[in-house]
Amino acid sequence: MKRSKLFVLIGALLVTAMLLAACPAAVPAESPAADSAAEEPAMADEVVEIEYWQYNFAARVDAMNQLIAQFEEANPNIKVVHNADIPYAEFRDKIAASVPAGVGPDVATLFYGWQSVWIDSGYLVPLPEDAFPPAMVGEKFSPMVQASFVEGTLYTLPTAVRALALFYNKDLMADAGLDPESPPSTLDELADQAAACTQRDDDGALVVQGFVADPAAQDHHWFREVLVRQFGGVPYTDDYTEVLYNDEAGMQAWNYLIAFHTDLATGDRDLFDGSTNAFVGGHVCFHVDGSFRLGTIAKNNPDMNYGVAELPSHNGIKSTFGSYWTHGLTKKAAADQARFDAAVKFLQFITSADAGALWVDIVGELPAQLEAGSNPELLADEKLGAFAAGLEYSHATFFADESQQRQAIIDSFDMVVLTDEDPATALQIAADTDQEVLDDFWSSR
Amino acid sequence: MRFTLRQRQIIWAYIFMSVALVFFVIIRWYPTILAFNVSFRDWNVFEGSGPWVGLENYQEIWKDAGKPRSSVTAAFSNTVRYVLFGVPSQLVLALAIALLLAQIRRLSAVFRVAYFAPYVTSAVAVAFVWNWLYQPETGLINQGLDLLGLPQQPFTKSPAQALPSITAVAVWQNLGFAVIIFLAGIQQIPGHYYEAARIDGANAWQLFWRITLPLLNPIIVYLTVLGTISYLRLFALVQNMSPQGTGGPLKSTTTVVLEVYREGFSSYKMGYAGALTVLLFFLILLITIIQLRFFSRRVEY
Repeated sequence: MKRSKLFVLIGALLVTAMLLAACPAAVPAESPAADSAAEEPAMADEVVEIEYWQYNFAARVDAMNQLIAQFEEANPNIKVVHNADIPYAEFRDKIAASVPAGVGPDVATLFYGWQSVWIDSGYLVPLPEDAFPPAMVGEKFSPMVQASFVEGTLYTLPTAVRALALFYNKDLMADAGLDPESPPSTLDELADQAAACTQRDDDGALVVQGFVADPAAQDHHWFREVLVRQFGGVPYTDDYTEVLYNDEAGMQAWNYLIAFHTDLATGDRDLFDGSTNAFVGGHVCFHVDGSFRLGTIAKNNPDMNYGVAELPSHNGIKSTFGSYWTHGLTKKAAADQARFDAAVKFLQFITSADAGALWVDIVGELPAQLEAGSNPELLADEKLGAFAAGLEYSHATFFADESQQRQAIIDSFDMVVLTDEDPATALQIAADTDQEVLDDFWSSR
Repeated sequence: MRFTLRQRQIIWAYIFMSVALVFFVIIRWYPTILAFNVSFRDWNVFEGSGPWVGLENYQEIWKDAGKPRSSVTAAFSNTVRYVLFGVPSQLVLALAIALLLAQIRRLSAVFRVAYFAPYVTSAVAVAFVWNWLYQPETGLINQGLDLLGLPQQPFTKSPAQALPSITAVAVWQNLGFAVIIFLAGIQQIPGHYYEAARIDGANAWQLFWRITLPLLNPIIVYLTVLGTISYLRLFALVQNMSPQGTGGPLKSTTTVVLEVYREGFSSYKMGYAGALTVLLFFLILLITIIQLRFFSRRVEY
């Protein structure tokens, strides 16, 4: 009998301990709102603290630290806590885990292609129209920033934007007898020069790769927003509800891309783990990439002799894919008026033309505001000029789910090169998969 | 109420042990139960809640499984293939190595460390090293093939070879654990069984089939169950060895856990991911019960 009393006692202890431990986990979901209502009036004259998050990328952290220092000096009653400790690969996971626990950011930086998922998840709130009038955004920002309007509502704004351009390795071109000062300016020239630049050893193994078609890098963007348009098509309807690249023009663009792997055999993306590493390592002549790659090359292969040109045109059509990391206000910020006002001020500051000008010097991304982006000095820059020139004809795809839509293109490319699927069938499969993702997204609106 | 010294010792023992139990309940059971709850909801990851939708997530999985080139179907069929390839090869290899190790005295500790080291190495580190070994052209294995005059192989880059290539790494990684357990089992078998059998004229083959193997049965069951569960939960190797960590090429290496991760943390469909988790839970439960029922038999001499 004594024994059973003992068990009851210990059992009760355990249950109490568990309840104590489990309680805090259940509470935070509701507490921020309750707190803010009670404390708001008292907070008016005190320092407001807001939290800002981005992923860890040294140059971005440095640039943002400088912007925050300037902002805090101009607004002594606002303190910005900068959290940039999260590696890129974990950024989305961390946000997903932190926000439900009530400890996330008030202002967060996200890839523009993630907007829909974040908005659907109830995480971002619309930007207030008085502080960010849509007309002002249309007038002052690069046209690609229109992708920040989701169903007519503005949710985010960027400091800087990026575009794609053609990187070329001057030494490899010279080795192949090509003129390193006249890189390909049309798609036909690119195909010819890539073939001329490719070198194999006696066993037929690639030594120098002319051009590596790698949809897992930037080439899925290049296909959708550049090649399809240059062959006379459009990738999607204007409202991005319907896939259109599975037509005649799309097919020509698709064949052009795949030929680098099949007919021309100018490269193999499996060597060096993808086209980007291969180019940065100095094994590839021509490569389509964004301005953010300038930093990678400066860090990993600073002695490489390379240049950057605008993307090759075709049929007289120029196009490039624009994309950007953008800043949004979170539900957490919206829960407290004082914090929300501070967050709006901060967002206005970091999306100003001045902020963009500071950003381009440190990060190498182009200012999102046209005023700073069309700076003649920038356009004349040997490396950045080609990207800056692309801003006026750039297109940013509206993504319902960027990773799935990207995967659709990668998988279809794999079908052709790995399993000998008919290219037309593969392209149709990509379009169907992509369409399904879009339907899924729009039907839930 | 007064306790005897013995009772007080027991109380303290329970109090100390309860720390582990509390940890277990909060870190393991609570999320497990929550996953069941999530699987019946249209869970919004940012709000930490969502409306009850009953079996809708499960219906969606069922619908997706019926589509051509479905990730869900690929995930389940690949997972089963990892188990079917991985568990038997791991058991056979481990037993063979353990039998050899039991024979030797010199350097046996060195060999044990060599076989066990991969087991305590992080799966991500293992994946990176093997990615290099598997590289086309520059990888050690392909250069070896070149030297032997054999054609180079794509390994993880080909839909046909990727799954076996990753399974081989998983086997290599888990081998050490199975070897050590087998070795302990072999050393438990009383030597006089073998002596008696030899006197009766049994040869080495008979000793193995009639004595060693039957007496190792509990260990084989134990390793089969544990091995099966670990292959059913395969994730880190696949995420780090498939192109872009997506379970490719062409979904040929994806696993259920990888799909859970992708649906949950890339598409933020927590309810769907929760439902997949629950299905995997029942799959593991079912397979484990079957294994324990059919393979466990007591052998006594």
